[in-house]
Amino acid sequence: MSEKSEDAAVTNPAQSEGAVLSKDAAPGETLLKVTGLQKHFPIRKGLLQRQVGAVRAVDGIDFEVRSGETLGVVGESGCGKSTMGRLITRLLEPTAGTVEFEGKDITHLGVGGMRPLRRDVQMIFQDPYSSLNPRHTIGTIISAPFRLQGVEPEGGVKREVQRLLSVVGLNPEHYNRYPHEFSGGQRQRIGIARALALKPKLVVADEPVSALDVSIQAQVVNLMDDLQQELGLTYVIIAHDLSVVRHVSDRIAVMYLGKIVELADRESLYKAPMHPYTKALMSAVPIPDPRRRSAKSERILLKGDVPSPISPPSGCRFHTRCWKATQICTTVEPQLVELKPGQRVACHHPENFEDQAPQDTVLLTAAKEAAELVADEVLAESATTSAAVAAEVAEVAASPTGPAAEETPDAAASDEPETDRDSK
Amino acid sequence: MTAPLHEPTAETAPSAAEEAALASADAKAVQGRSLGRIAWERLKRDKLALAGGVVVLLLVVVALFAPLITGILGQDPDEYHENLIDPLFGTPTGSLGGISGDHLLGVEPVNGRDILARILYGARISLLVGFLSAMVAVILGTVLGILAGFFGGWLDSAISRVMDGLLAFPQLLFIIALVSVMPNEMLGLSGSSVRVFVMILVIGFFGWPYIGRVVRGQTLSLREREYVEAARSLGAGRVYILFKELLPNLVAPIVVYSTMMIPTNILTEAALSFLGVGVKPPTASWGQMLSSAIDYYESDPMYMVVPGVAIFITVLAFNLFGDGVRDALDPKASR
Repeated sequence: MSEKSEDAAVTNPAQSEGAVLSKDAAPGETLLKVTGLQKHFPIRKGLLQRQVGAVRAVDGIDFEVRSGETLGVVGESGCGKSTMGRLITRLLEPTAGTVEFEGKDITHLGVGGMRPLRRDVQMIFQDPYSSLNPRHTIGTIISAPFRLQGVEPEGGVKREVQRLLSVVGLNPEHYNRYPHEFSGGQRQRIGIARALALKPKLVVADEPVSALDVSIQAQVVNLMDDLQQELGLTYVIIAHDLSVVRHVSDRIAVMYLGKIVELADRESLYKAPMHPYTKALMSAVPIPDPRRRSAKSERILLKGDVPSPISPPSGCRFHTRCWKATQICTTVEPQLVELKPGQRVACHHPENFEDQAPQDTVLLTAAKEAAELVADEVLAESATTSAAVAAEVAEVAASPTGPAAEETPDAAASDEPETDRDSK
Repeated sequence: MTAPLHEPTAETAPSAAEEAALASADAKAVQGRSLGRIAWERLKRDKLALAGGVVVLLLVVVALFAPLITGILGQDPDEYHENLIDPLFGTPTGSLGGISGDHLLGVEPVNGRDILARILYGARISLLVGFLSAMVAVILGTVLGILAGFFGGWLDSAISRVMDGLLAFPQLLFIIALVSVMPNEMLGLSGSSVRVFVMILVIGFFGWPYIGRVVRGQTLSLREREYVEAARSLGAGRVYILFKELLPNLVAPIVVYSTMMIPTNILTEAALSFLGVGVKPPTASWGQMLSSAIDYYESDPMYMVVPGVAIFITVLAFNLFGDGVRDALDPKASR
């Protein structure tokens, strides 16, 4: 009970704003705002458990989510997407930065302080096999939100649970069944029903379909889409499947090693990605059309593995694998700036845009090696926005070994294990 | 496919239809099969385990009604029948240790007490110590194991080190030493009751690390499951997560390990009585009977066989039942 009064005290200042924003929040208004968010997991060693380092899972990210939109978050495995999702739902305690929900700072609220907000922020989990307690019936699982929040829905809990089951396309008669009696897709629907039980405003979905069969993925994605339209939900969808993200998102954030490298509208991002990493990611999307297979030769293979988040590279984190990296990339960290309306990029030499550091004209050795894995068409395109790449391309073209050098990229491409094609 | 989430208030027709659908759903709600029920059905198919279970049940009944049964048989565990003893050798007259219509399992050498009656009374001690010490171990092990696994950190380190220490401790020597310095009367108990009480406590205390380690490991793995995170994302506190999310999943390993622990404890009790630090005579106990039978193993081997077989059957039945329970609850565990 003491928690309750404390909660009330915290909520009061934001109440006037909350009233305006509540159910009829104008679409487009900022629902969630994240500034400089960091999460470092300490590495402890030895008898005294001294901290010897930290895994910088999320290392300073800024973004906002507008009411009614779907923000897609993509990136390779281990880039911090899931950690980010757990930070904004406050399942994890941020190391630094702030998370504001409807203008209220929720960065350091405790379990009790967060409780009232849990109604508005809900989460859909990745693994439908571990997100449902095997010892509870479906009825118990979906009614847990009501019990935990002390909400008595109209018409009783049981009736409401059955209604939710039919909303997500399951048979309401299965109220008393156990999770193991359902398939993966059905289980994920149960997870969605649980997340929607309290009529939340923001739903964070952590890889909601990656554990599902491809045919089921479409069902679940479409269900989420329908529910968004009916209930005016706001989604943050974390995924590594670019086609899923493209299908559902209004805006997309691309993460690399704990940072957002590009944040843009879906259209701009897919039409003209600016960050080289985004471009590489996009080029890795398989094209399900044999006649367009030839386009695949433009796939950009990235060299090596993602560097360790324990000691990320200096400057731009992507410089160790980027074919456009120059001196400035190793020293100066590029800021996430809005280059075009609705498209924010953190890069010194963005694609499809004017070079941000034209004075830097010497390509790094690592970049030259990386460029060997990049198709010539892509390089030529890159050359238009990077003086360094342009110089390099001109040099290769001028040299007598030009044709031979042209062979190498393809040969290298076929030999190289395609580790980083996509984040799978 | 998807019904509207908010009940339409203006349109009455669709909501009425929905109501009807929900009402019919109510009427023929499908009953799911819980994991517990599935395990029970699996156990029912396991004939060996069922046989073990029946024997265990029988033993419990026999132990509970020992005075009644011996009364019907007209025997008393402490009554001497010196007329049945060969005065020259001190062994029972008649074949096979004096087995007769009156004395179904024969009589003891020297004083001629009825062995069946003593076995029945001995079962009380064995099962009492076996069950209660297992209970002590389960309670201590579960509570401390969950605390260690759930909270981690220094608490986990401390509890784990204590468990390591106890597992390395020479339990038998400790009990022998403890009994030799123990007063004859304490806490209003006297004689054998004191010994039984101390045995239950000590065997239970040295047994909890076995359960504690299992529970800790399970808790460690369970607390990382997404359903725990889901509960937290709904605003659940630690108590809710512990009791509603984790504990139901811990019941299976706890049940398995306690059924495995009971026969071990029965054996320990027998060993202690055999060594003379268990229950005091004249209270009957299987271990003690074995111990006194040593002197007559040539002249009256039946005196040794009977309590030995009793211990053997009891432990075997518990083990078979325990294995069956384990297989039923955790079919993936290897045999």
